[in-house]
Amino acid sequence: MSLEIYLDLFSQPCRSVYIFTKKNNIQFDHKKITLFDGSQYGEEFGKINVLRKLPAIKDGDFCLAESVAIMMYLAEKFHTPDHWYPADLQKRARVNEYLSWQHSSIRIHGSRILWFNLLIPKAMGVEVPKEKIDNAVEDFDGSLKLFEMKFLQDKPFIVGDQISLADLVAVVEIMQPVGAGMDVFENRPKLKAWKDRVREEIGAELFDEAHQALLSLQEDVKTMDPKKMDPLKPKVLKYFLS
Amino acid sequence: MAGRQALKVYLDLMSQPCRAVLIFLKDNKIPHTVEHIAIRKGQQKTPEFTKLNPMQKVPVLEDNGFVLTESDAILKYLATTYNVPDHWYPKLPEKRARVDEYTAWHHANTRLHAATVFWLEVLLPLMTGQPTNPAKLEKALSDLDSTLDKLENMFLKRQPFLCSDDISLADLLAVCELMQPLGSGRDVLKNRPNLLSWRSRVQSALSDSFDEAHAIVYRLRDKFTAKL
Repeated sequence: MSLEIYLDLFSQPCRSVYIFTKKNNIQFDHKKITLFDGSQYGEEFGKINVLRKLPAIKDGDFCLAESVAIMMYLAEKFHTPDHWYPADLQKRARVNEYLSWQHSSIRIHGSRILWFNLLIPKAMGVEVPKEKIDNAVEDFDGSLKLFEMKFLQDKPFIVGDQISLADLVAVVEIMQPVGAGMDVFENRPKLKAWKDRVREEIGAELFDEAHQALLSLQEDVKTMDPKKMDPLKPKVLKYFLS
Repeated sequence: MAGRQALKVYLDLMSQPCRAVLIFLKDNKIPHTVEHIAIRKGQQKTPEFTKLNPMQKVPVLEDNGFVLTESDAILKYLATTYNVPDHWYPKLPEKRARVDEYTAWHHANTRLHAATVFWLEVLLPLMTGQPTNPAKLEKALSDLDSTLDKLENMFLKRQPFLCSDDISLADLLAVCELMQPLGSGRDVLKNRPNLLSWRSRVQSALSDSFDEAHAIVYRLRDKFTAKL
């Protein structure tokens, strides 16, 4: 198979790429990488992506990273239905607008909650100051408010009547704190309704399958060998806690 | 197109993404009007501007009733709506993907780390009257250094520009971010000959529009270094 896709479904951008390719019946060789093992630092993967980040694809000789770029490339190459990344330039701009904004907001804030509330204390055995946890939750809450006010408003999906890459990228990021046991959708009926619509459009089975690794994390860390994450510890602590 | 008005952009040239948008419009001779929004004066918080953009951020594009935020979305919209040279945002999927890859990576890397250095050295001291925190600045410079390593080794490599042999939206966004710390007299590319050559190439390709947009940064640098 000439299209290889390197994924770890713990990672939000990996989930969006996985869901997108499966939903659109794009055939690919699924190369599983376990981020917690540090296998993204191995020699083999370094040839695919020097930045050692997931997701990454290798399409023949063409290597590409960044989930947003990957999905735009695959949408074009495999002529997926227009609603994912509309040809209409103003609709497309709306998708791009969301995909741009989310990098510095929902993505960061959602990630932090999973690391601060679960992975750093439970899998790495390092205590996170309460202030940092509270700030992360507050920031995430702020992002969700902006998401509802500016991007979702009263529409069924971000761009209008149909699901697009924007909704897909949004939902996988918004789901991340659920992995730490946070009920993200409590007291947020509009958000919950949107999430349910997105899950239905994707297909409940595919959505749930993609999120299985995330949702079993709380249980998995209980039996995880604390030394397992040692190679990642310095990087993670520097990134999140310094 | 009868009745179609020129584009309107709301900009503060102290903002890196605003400069990228203005340079693109000027370099491609796209007719536009500029409404200046001074962030330092809180003009993004007026009821009028908030109605236009509830996020209270710049840049904002208004195209005959179509309001768009986020510089990379704006640049891609302009590049595909107007007749600009292909190299800015190539049509060929593999080439376009390279630009999309950079513009995605840019947010949490080039933009974040260059802006943090500027924030710590210029904006925060201006706002609080407190001197720069040396430990925080050291970390910020170290983070930026790692980013510059990646910019050189992952994107630029042996090419003239970040994504190919020709200038693209990626170079425009990157260069505006990397010019920002110059406001305190700090040239973050000083010890990196490959990136210095790249920046010269970008400046040459953009000529007048680059310096016009960056005049505010040069003025700030002169003011800042005169104080030292």
